[in-house]
Amino acid sequence: MSTPASFANWKLFWKRWGIGLSIAAVVLAVIFYFYARSPRVTEAVLASTLRQSVPLVLGALCGLLGERAAVINIGIEGQMLMAAYVGFMVNVRTGNLLFAVLMGVLTGAVLGALLAFMSVTLKIDQIIGGTVINILAIGLTGYFYQVGLSAQGKLNPIPLGPLAKIPLIGPVLFDNPPITYASIVLVFVVHYVLFHTPWGLRTRAVGEHPRAADTLGINVYLVRYVNVIVGGALAGLAGAYLSLEAVGSFERNMTNGRGFVALAVMIFGKWTPFGAWGAALLFGFATAMQTQLQFAGKLHIPHQFIGMLPYLLTIVVLAGFVGRARPPAADGIPYEKEG
Amino acid sequence: MSEETLALEVRNIVKRFPGVLANDHVNFTLRKGEVHALLGENGAGKTTLMNIIYGLYHPDEGEIYINGQKVTIDSPHDAIRLGIGMVHQHFMLVPVFTVAENLILGAEPTKGWTLDLKAAREAVIRLSEQYGLEVDPDAVVEDLPVGVQQRVEILKALYRDAKVLVLDEPTAVLTPQEVEELFVIMRQLKERGVSIIFITHKLKEVLAIADRITVMRRGRVVGTTTPSEVTEQDLATMMVGREVVLQVDKAPAKPGDVVLSVQDLEVEDERGLIAVDGVSLEVREGEILGVAGVQGNGQTELVEAITGLREIRSGKVVLGGHEAPDRNPRYLIEHGMAHIPEDRQKHGLVLSYPIADNLVLCTYYKPPFAKGLQRNEEAIEENAKRLVKEYDVRTPSIFTPARSLSGGNQQKVIVAREFSRPVKLLVANQPTRGLDVGSIEYIHKRIVEMRDQGAAVLLVSAELDEILSLADRIAVMYRGKIVAVVDADKVTRAQLGLLMAGSPAEDVLDKEAVPA
Ligand SMILES: Nc1ncnc2c1ncn2[C@@H]1O[C@H](COP(=O)(O)OP(=O)(O)OP(=O)(O)O)[C@@H](O)[C@H]1O
Ligand SMILES: [Mg+2]
Repeated sequence: MSTPASFANWKLFWKRWGIGLSIAAVVLAVIFYFYARSPRVTEAVLASTLRQSVPLVLGALCGLLGERAAVINIGIEGQMLMAAYVGFMVNVRTGNLLFAVLMGVLTGAVLGALLAFMSVTLKIDQIIGGTVINILAIGLTGYFYQVGLSAQGKLNPIPLGPLAKIPLIGPVLFDNPPITYASIVLVFVVHYVLFHTPWGLRTRAVGEHPRAADTLGINVYLVRYVNVIVGGALAGLAGAYLSLEAVGSFERNMTNGRGFVALAVMIFGKWTPFGAWGAALLFGFATAMQTQLQFAGKLHIPHQFIGMLPYLLTIVVLAGFVGRARPPAADGIPYEKEG
Repeated sequence: MSEETLALEVRNIVKRFPGVLANDHVNFTLRKGEVHALLGENGAGKTTLMNIIYGLYHPDEGEIYINGQKVTIDSPHDAIRLGIGMVHQHFMLVPVFTVAENLILGAEPTKGWTLDLKAAREAVIRLSEQYGLEVDPDAVVEDLPVGVQQRVEILKALYRDAKVLVLDEPTAVLTPQEVEELFVIMRQLKERGVSIIFITHKLKEVLAIADRITVMRRGRVVGTTTPSEVTEQDLATMMVGREVVLQVDKAPAKPGDVVLSVQDLEVEDERGLIAVDGVSLEVREGEILGVAGVQGNGQTELVEAITGLREIRSGKVVLGGHEAPDRNPRYLIEHGMAHIPEDRQKHGLVLSYPIADNLVLCTYYKPPFAKGLQRNEEAIEENAKRLVKEYDVRTPSIFTPARSLSGGNQQKVIVAREFSRPVKLLVANQPTRGLDVGSIEYIHKRIVEMRDQGAAVLLVSAELDEILSLADRIAVMYRGKIVAVVDADKVTRAQLGLLMAGSPAEDVLDKEAVPA
């Protein structure tokens, strides 16, 4: 009946860390193998992995801040797109990159406030609220889009002194442009806020059992507003990343579904910042590989199939290895006060 | 009398809900350090009054005074600040949080910006030692038995330094043992100057612990009295407005064929541990088998397995002579099973549906409630009107969502639905939990009637009085096993209590009481 204590401990340890450890081991082994064979390509793939993951991580953080407080945000795509556009236009007009990024972030936050107003105050179905934002963003950015505008510079990599000189790790981790650094820092910040501060505890309570939170004097509506607005700001940062850091210009529909992939990333990451980060890196890696394979051009596989790689890999790894997670219990349900 | 400042006083409170006058000029006083019991039928307006005091509802008229000062309470935040704590009828705990996290939520200790979970844990330990309320600060609340969850609720109020403590039907989910423990805690709190409003439907408890008693009926205060002036019978009459028969009277059972037979049943709980450990039992036509036991000894899992809500690990459940080929609830329902579940809000009702729809949840797809693919609104409404009247469900209309009914009236809706079909086997888990004496009388009468019409009844209850007055035979469950099956008239309360606590049957029972 009973298992020996040490064995049981092992089982527990394995259950908690097993997946993470085995994935890490495999990943490290593969990286070193390829680095030994062709350092330049490996470096490029890894750097690209990180950059591909940035908008996904930020989008997923936006999504999980909302959902931890029980507001589903499917308008991330629209928030990113609008922010990308506004950031770009501000840069075109003023030439000030930092100000442009701030305006992008602000745009996301404003759209967050709009979503919060619709879903928390008006209690409109949250999916519809998010869709409104997506349609709004596609419509507005498409309508005001002008061909031929060019940005005044873009955010450039900032090497972090000697750290950037370490082989492999240096160029990949310590020689990045600012929003990329920021996205990594934000993963830790959001984790800290969510799991180690009173605000985070209240947020999670509001997402699980809003009435209980209410009976303890917590303002459920306020918590939801703030989380959705801050989330919107993060989605805005992701938009600014696309137009001001990654590309340096704006194109129609340049988010290209990243806002929705970010939601998938959030779910695969079990509504946790680190989980989301891992999932985003995996997806970024698959995207980077796909690009690499298409460049290499030695494979006789139609490029459409190569294009599926990121999605397939994500599904296989995450469906196969990561167990089911439980979303916040009140997710998506508007809160009604009584009496 | 006039110099004495009252811990709490409400004057002329009026609260209307669409179609109901829930509180009709209510006056109520709470003295410092007293236990004031609040009694009343289901839907009398007790919870509403408490929610007003706690800032969850806003009164349409009336005033609230704390220590003689007039106050306005707009939100629970204000109430907490004024030293009011409340343990709600339906618990307000975050199920996935630990005890410590639930305790501090909304009033978190911090170190800089960081949550100080260590301080939270220490607070749990300190408070639980101080008041003898034992809980593990790191346990996740959803894994805890209800009795312990309730302790967490009380600790929450104490942590916020409540001077006025509202306990809304705290004993409805407790075992007799736990009720005793609660009373010890209440007396301790009293000594420390905490004033307590204690809502319950159990008259014995009122007489045992209350200093004063206020009775409400249909939104009004009927009167205030003290335990020394009244008997149980008086209180029942005050509450319901007519004589209530507190004793069930029933003829001896005439058992017929076996309807339900459970053989060597093993069932697991959520965590994969054995909850029902090799249980065998039989229930015959025309008899009531009572399952007694302290909560959390496998009764829940046993009932869920029998009703098809939970996987069986091994063993058999045989209904009406043959093993059900398919164990899904619909099959069982169509073959004459009725089920009153333990958790009315989770398994008994769709809270957002109107009462009328809740009353046809098991039959909506069949005539007369369905016409082809369509609903037959007329039949559904007619059915609802009839049952609401018959079972005295207090509601403004049959279209009111189940959520806004009082706890006891929600229970009545379930009972009405389950009893409105032809029943061969009734599985009733805590069927009268949260009901007032009048309704209990009625439902007990119906259960006995059902038995006399030939239904087999499996009655699970933590209420020893209920088991003793209804059951023909009693099975005692302890740690997942049936430790004894005895005839109801051959066993005493004390013996049952011992059996439930795990004393071996050979020591407790006389030889002849133990069936071979
Ligand atoms: N939020 C609400 N919306 C509409 N009606 C309500 C609401 N809350 C309570 N009521 C109604 O007010 C009346 C009083 O309900 P209340 O919950 O105060 O009764 P109670 O005395 O606590 O009964 P019980 O013993 O069954 O818990 C009932 O008729 C109920 O239907
Ligand atoms: Mg009530």
